[in-house]
Amino acid sequence: MASQNRPLSPHLQVYKPQLTSVMSIMHRATGIALAVGTLLLLCWLIAAATGERAFNDVQAFNASWIGRLLLLGWSYALFYHLCNGIRHLFWDAGKGFELGAAYRNGWLVVAASVVLTAAAWIWGYASMGAF
Amino acid sequence: MSLRSPLGKVRGLGSAKEGVVHWWAQRMTAVALIPLVIWFVASIAAMAGADYSTFRDWIATPMVSILLVLLTIATFHHAQLGLQVVLEDYVHTEWLKIACIGLVKFAAIGLAVATIFSIVRIALG
Repeated sequence: MASQNRPLSPHLQVYKPQLTSVMSIMHRATGIALAVGTLLLLCWLIAAATGERAFNDVQAFNASWIGRLLLLGWSYALFYHLCNGIRHLFWDAGKGFELGAAYRNGWLVVAASVVLTAAAWIWGYASMGAF
Repeated sequence: MSLRSPLGKVRGLGSAKEGVVHWWAQRMTAVALIPLVIWFVASIAAMAGADYSTFRDWIATPMVSILLVLLTIATFHHAQLGLQVVLEDYVHTEWLKIACIGLVKFAAIGLAVATIFSIVRIALG
């Protein structure tokens, strides 16, 4: 018979969020978001294969504020999942696991994902001749 | 007491009945996706606002078509492997879990085929 006083793992509601735990669930959330967001990208490609009208419709949606917002979310999710995925691959190799290192490479991933997203959008607007 | 050897246990006797195949495929597709995704996002950013014919000409370039097909295969394989783990973690009704995983796998294959067909159609047309 199990003891009534045995330690239980804390419920999520009373568990203090930490960088490591928040980043972990973010990796999963961005993965799901990317799976859904890929459908949007697919519409673009299928529209290009269908014809000019369909393609222009999708382009117009992408250029709308909701389209841009979705693309911004998609691009950030992609860069976050990419950077944190590389962090995971290092962990799989047994590197960067110590507490201090996990926090350092965690912040590095956060910074890199923001910088890369900004860079991609600046590049995108630059190629549209916005600057 | 188990009479199974440690080797026997890892060879297809985990909860997924497939040992480390799933884990390994997730990592291999992840590694493949690193350069493919960087190339793709850079290309899309460089072509922001491109018109219909520019976009099609780009896709029809042989190297681009090949890389897009590779990106499609790696993306959908990686995505369905990841979604499978999420479903295994959170859906606890056995029949529903199997139905959801099946749906994700069928959808991934269907969408991947639709994508590849679109790329080939543009590349050859």
